[in-house]
Amino acid sequence: MNPGNLLKVAINALKRNKMRSFLTMLGIIIGVASVITMLAIGQGSKKSIQDQIASMGSNMLFVMPGNMRMGGVQQGSSSSQRLTVADIKAIKTECDAIVAVSPEVRSSGQAVSGSSNWPTTIYGGSEQYLDIRSWTVVSGRNFTDTEAEGSAKVCLVGRTVADELFGEGIDPTGETIRFKNIPFKIIGVLSEKGQNSFGQDQDDVIIAPYTTVQKRILAQTYIQSIQMSARSAEESALAESQVEEVLRRTHKLREEENNDFEIRSQEELATTMTSVTEILTILLGAIAGISLLVGGIGIMNIMYVSVTERTREIGLRMSVGGRSVDILLQFLIESILLSVFGGLIGIMIGFGASSVVEALTSWPISVMWGSVILAFAVCTVIGVFFGWYPARRAAELDPIEALRFE
Amino acid sequence: MKTIIDIATLKKDYHVGEVTVHALRGVDLKINEGEFVAIMGASGSGKSTMLNIIGCLDRPTDGTYLLDSVNVAGMSKNERAAIRNLKIGFVFQSYNLLSRTSALENVELPLMYNRLITTKERRERAVAALEAVGLADRMDHMPNQLSGGQQQRVAIARSLVNDPVVILADEATGNLDTRTSYEIMSLFQELNSKGKTIVFVTHEPDIARCMTRSVVFRDGHIIREEDVKSRLNAAEMLRALPVEQD
Repeated sequence: MNPGNLLKVAINALKRNKMRSFLTMLGIIIGVASVITMLAIGQGSKKSIQDQIASMGSNMLFVMPGNMRMGGVQQGSSSSQRLTVADIKAIKTECDAIVAVSPEVRSSGQAVSGSSNWPTTIYGGSEQYLDIRSWTVVSGRNFTDTEAEGSAKVCLVGRTVADELFGEGIDPTGETIRFKNIPFKIIGVLSEKGQNSFGQDQDDVIIAPYTTVQKRILAQTYIQSIQMSARSAEESALAESQVEEVLRRTHKLREEENNDFEIRSQEELATTMTSVTEILTILLGAIAGISLLVGGIGIMNIMYVSVTERTREIGLRMSVGGRSVDILLQFLIESILLSVFGGLIGIMIGFGASSVVEALTSWPISVMWGSVILAFAVCTVIGVFFGWYPARRAAELDPIEALRFE
Repeated sequence: MKTIIDIATLKKDYHVGEVTVHALRGVDLKINEGEFVAIMGASGSGKSTMLNIIGCLDRPTDGTYLLDSVNVAGMSKNERAAIRNLKIGFVFQSYNLLSRTSALENVELPLMYNRLITTKERRERAVAALEAVGLADRMDHMPNQLSGGQQQRVAIARSLVNDPVVILADEATGNLDTRTSYEIMSLFQELNSKGKTIVFVTHEPDIARCMTRSVVFRDGHIIREEDVKSRLNAAEMLRALPVEQD
């Protein structure tokens, strides 16, 4: 039989049992749709985490004080006072993979302006702090190096702080606020960042020169962490080893001593965060894959039923000249049609479901073309694989037995 | 006259577990072009086996079988399928029409398995075959919209459509009432009178008397072979039947 006729015969056979064909396809439809949707969701959440981490800063590295021993007693990392301005100077001069470096000191407290007040956190940094943390100033200006080093009582406020103290959308540049009774002149407003992946409002900040926060608010000489930018994402590992070398020297650590600081990079953070979603994506994809497999078994099952039911038809086709290969192809094409049509509908539903999830979660969900092609290829393979055995059984029937079958 | 079927010392054994069943024990049979042969016998006599071998559905254990001067006894499964497609037409007791498929498409079926025939030619030949059996006005009907007799006519049209050298009918009137049986036999006689060679398995003597020759099987042998004397004309028999009164 020629291919056109084979196709026509297969389509007619499927049309004769519309409900059954549809239900058989449903297994594949659900399988394919869930594979595509799950992978799209996984990809979307990964993308969203990556975006959020990128918004934290540019090729950022940060040094936090680590655990250390004092006379045999392990001290908590927060009690460490090992990071100093001297460390920063050393990093600035010696690490060529680092393009920007800033100390960070922070304090929580109540910001007051007139009759309004708002609990927030003040961060102290150098002039480069904004670049490292990917902040931009939307109104006003950044503080200068002189101001940063000279304990100037100036600050930049995040959008949330501005809204809470001065009212929605008002530009408070030039106003004065008080933080722990220290008056700060607002010299600029920061661009909006929104929530980070932990649900923390990144706009609820005040940024001031670190010297001001150190001396006027905290009254301390050490710094809480060092924030840096590597020249590029690729050089982040190099920068990390350079910083480690410098800090070990400035901290006068002996060969056998552990670091009394910890270096983390944005890269590492991104990897850690996305590895969770990657595992989740694989898990979801695997479950969806299993449902696709179950759909395939559904096809095999129905094809067996169909072969048994149509034994006499097979006998007749053989008696009028149908060869085994004609019968084989006829049933194989039927199962491929079921799986491929199911796959196509599943792909469409997968796209639909992905955009519904996108609308509900506002994640940047994108259906990967790779997963569409994969799903389609898997469908065809399923059609051939699960159709093969029933079709073989049909093709191997003895025409005499088949014609006599009741 | 041309010999269509030439069978000599044909044997067929079946193995059922340990036991060997000798279904045919050396059969010689010649059927010439234009003959209308009845194959008769009780069940288990070997007549069905004979028909399966004549129809190339089965292959003999031993012996020779020339169909239209071609030796088909040793042919492979695929070769036999091709021979069936080109040289044989089957008519079955239970019609064996494809359900939910129109009469025309049922008749087209054998030609679908012949790659050399175009869609157009297939359609034309199927229409001609249906016209030949008097069903020109039922082409688009589905089998379940046709009476038993009409379904058997569709099956006969299907057996004619590939212009076979022999039509094999297996109890083709077995499911039909007397009147319809004579209608079908009348159609077969008409086809035979136009030169078609027909081999017809039956166990009804009345039906066998419509043919030209009868061959009787018993225990795998032909026990009697004779020309039909005082041959019945099915069309006349039909007229002689009392008109049904409900």
